[in-house]
Amino acid sequence: MTEAGSTSAPTASSALTPASPAGSSEARLRVFRGTPGSEPRFDEFDVPVEDGMVVLDALHWIQGHEAPDLAVRWNCKAAKCGSCSAEVNGRPRLTCKTRLTDFEPGEEITVEPMRTFPLIKDLVTDVSWNYEVNKTIAPFTPPTDMPQEDWRWQQEDIERVQEYRKCIECFLCQDVCHVLRNHETERPFMGPRYLVRAAGLELHPIDQADRRPYLKDSGGIGYCNITKCCTEVCPEHIKITDNAIIPLKERVADEYYDPLRWAWRKMRGEGSGSGDRVELPVLQGEPATPEQAPD
Amino acid sequence: MTSPNDPQTRPHDVLVIGAGGAGLRAAIAAAEAGADVGLVCKSLLGKAHTVMAEGGVAAALRHVAPDDDWKVHFRDTMIGGKYLNNPRMAQLHALESPDRVRELEAWGAVFDRTRDGRILQRSFGGHSHPRLAHVGDRTGLEMIRTLQDRAVAAGIQVYMECTISRLTTGPTGVTGAVGYWRTTGRTIVFPAKAIVLATGGIGRAFEVTSNSWEYSGDGQALAYDAGAELIDMEFVQFHPTGMVWPPGVRGLLVTEAVRGEGGILRNAAGERFMWKYLPEERRHEYAADDAEAATWVTALSQSKQTDARRPPELSTRDNVARAIYNEVKEGRGSPHGGVFLDISYLPADHVRRKLPSMYEQFKELADVDITKGPMEIGPTTHYVMGGIKVDAETGATRVAGLYAAGEVTGGMHGANRLGGNSLSDLLVFGMRTGAGAAAHAQTVDGEPHMDPVQVRGALRDLEAPFERGSGESPYAVLRALQVMMQRLVGIYRIEADLDAALIELAELRRRWAEVCVDGGRTYNPGWNTVFELGNLLTVSEAITRSARQRTESRGAHSRLDFPDTDDAVWGHRNSVIAKGDDGRMSVHTAPVPDMDPELRTLLEADHR
Repeated sequence: MTEAGSTSAPTASSALTPASPAGSSEARLRVFRGTPGSEPRFDEFDVPVEDGMVVLDALHWIQGHEAPDLAVRWNCKAAKCGSCSAEVNGRPRLTCKTRLTDFEPGEEITVEPMRTFPLIKDLVTDVSWNYEVNKTIAPFTPPTDMPQEDWRWQQEDIERVQEYRKCIECFLCQDVCHVLRNHETERPFMGPRYLVRAAGLELHPIDQADRRPYLKDSGGIGYCNITKCCTEVCPEHIKITDNAIIPLKERVADEYYDPLRWAWRKMRGEGSGSGDRVELPVLQGEPATPEQAPD
Repeated sequence: MTSPNDPQTRPHDVLVIGAGGAGLRAAIAAAEAGADVGLVCKSLLGKAHTVMAEGGVAAALRHVAPDDDWKVHFRDTMIGGKYLNNPRMAQLHALESPDRVRELEAWGAVFDRTRDGRILQRSFGGHSHPRLAHVGDRTGLEMIRTLQDRAVAAGIQVYMECTISRLTTGPTGVTGAVGYWRTTGRTIVFPAKAIVLATGGIGRAFEVTSNSWEYSGDGQALAYDAGAELIDMEFVQFHPTGMVWPPGVRGLLVTEAVRGEGGILRNAAGERFMWKYLPEERRHEYAADDAEAATWVTALSQSKQTDARRPPELSTRDNVARAIYNEVKEGRGSPHGGVFLDISYLPADHVRRKLPSMYEQFKELADVDITKGPMEIGPTTHYVMGGIKVDAETGATRVAGLYAAGEVTGGMHGANRLGGNSLSDLLVFGMRTGAGAAAHAQTVDGEPHMDPVQVRGALRDLEAPFERGSGESPYAVLRALQVMMQRLVGIYRIEADLDAALIELAELRRRWAEVCVDGGRTYNPGWNTVFELGNLLTVSEAITRSARQRTESRGAHSRLDFPDTDDAVWGHRNSVIAKGDDGRMSVHTAPVPDMDPELRTLLEADHR
């Protein structure tokens, strides 16, 4: 192991070692290390490469051989649980799904924590803000006067809802969202993940709750200016912007900006129609900003 | 740094340890019964192993097969379990699983639909009818998200990334739990009137497993140390289809739904070998030839009824796993030491729709397009049928106030579990156990008194790995354990190997007592591994001792030196593990609980 910026001699295996046909190559990983309050740094590791290896395998190799206290959050190693999110060469990704062969032979692979959330240690961030946001969404509300035996719907009626429900809560969409990145602690926007959850509830064939006032006022749906960054990083390939956020924006617009509805609300003496406003939680702790790491 | 001798204290009526399906369902039931509930999980909420369950949840809803009912489901479960199941558990499970599945739908789960708009059901090994409610091949995700949302809406207090290392007991039973936050290392004690263990399985004791790091036998070991009994620990399910390549994903699950949708197993010579391995007494339940199997698959893909019988690949998991093992051992394996599983003969869009996450998994991780060619697969450690002995009605252990539900328990599945029965198990017994624990909590006055000597001892044990100045890495000992268990206590067992395993386990335990960890207490995976390794050593010894005692082959337990099923001696005996008065592990047997005569008549047509 060598530390970036140290004066020690380079290790025997250079990052430029080409991938040999015999498969005896190594990959060089630069891994963010640190805790809040400590001097952050990048440690470098040369990891032997096996066929099909992913970044998470390389991190496990480092834990087992070089740095047993390296903090990495992971569970299933199969892209089903959404625990091992990190930024690999600057791009938010699941490390269990990022193949070492995705990089050029000899290319250094830099692994950093998600920077939108407060750092706990190394590659692990405090994502509890997301769970607090989730609590503010009205849960599934079926009709009270309809026996469950009569809940019939066709497969094509629920395919969109099932798309939203594929979400594995990796929070990569929250990480990449510039609205969340640009607001450090008081975040006025629930973020793509929770718009996807809200869409799954709003478009459920029999859900009865109206979340439009919440989405507009508390959830801050207007903050999204549909740059589609979230869609690009979604490992489940959910079309977050096109299939979840835009339909919700349209619903909210129909309710609030339709002149007839506006006039109706005026006549009934309603304000802008916020309903019960729920405050989004305040982010606790310092986001893991890139400035923390000397480059 | 916070002193670890200064723990936080969080009292609850009911403390649920583990937030997979069983723990979540128990927490919801306990909260509905009016208890103040704390829910502790080692990971973030919603990441537990239930999320990995793919194929479906078994319940005789009768939406696809009108001939199905709870009696057929009960019978299938007992046959699959080779009659070692606790019959009352199998009965309750078959009776109540349809209501538990409908309840999930009422809480917002969106299952795949039949043509008449109801919950669709698919076929799985050992089930007489299409019985598994499902959402493509991500049923577990749908279930855990639904339960998670329900628990959040119920306001249940969740302790995420928190590990429990010890249960404390007193003259009246369990009094609480001691643990620490993985995120900070700070210790925490939970005085509790009742505790539910729902920590899942033990797969990490083996080298090749479909299980994540979380599956380290925590609940089994905590219960054993607190005085509860473990039963049938020799029955470890090796799932027939895990990925074998690339090395980083070796053991990763390939859902049985691939076979449920028509996947065909072939060896390197192209032979459909499962025809050779169907047990004679069950052969009449399977197709006679390729043509009949193809008729069954065609009818299935068009959602039509058929009289054709199911393909041989849908034999029970224990049988398919042994068949694959034999094919490889006899030199008919695939290039990476597995066999081929092929679904590519069906239309590509059909395969992608029915098995979307398998399609992704192979494309992304192995560069294999399963709509164009076969997968390479082989057996992988998947599930433990054995576990904590519980009362069928309430999930109570023999320690007052200590309850358990889900994979951590034994009895429900006997010697072999049918696919789909674990998700229904955790719903049915999660609910019953949460209610049982809440009822017990109501009988306890005031906050339980946690014996300070026990608490101090537990806190000291948490500190110990830091205080040893030098020693081996816990990862090295864990790795040695996994390699040893795979080699000596795997799919096929023999007395000499099991004896050798017990000697190695004693040596590994000695090495474990001296491991040392680097770094601080904040999110330190090496430190976490120390306690998980201790639990794995306990369950590995329980598996090995039980396997050595059972001198027959039955279900998932295959002895080369005792290849036959011995009903006369073993047909009605559960293995029992308990901590002796001398602190050593004792192994003995107990009769399988009596079966209601009415249930017996359901089995008579089949029972030998």
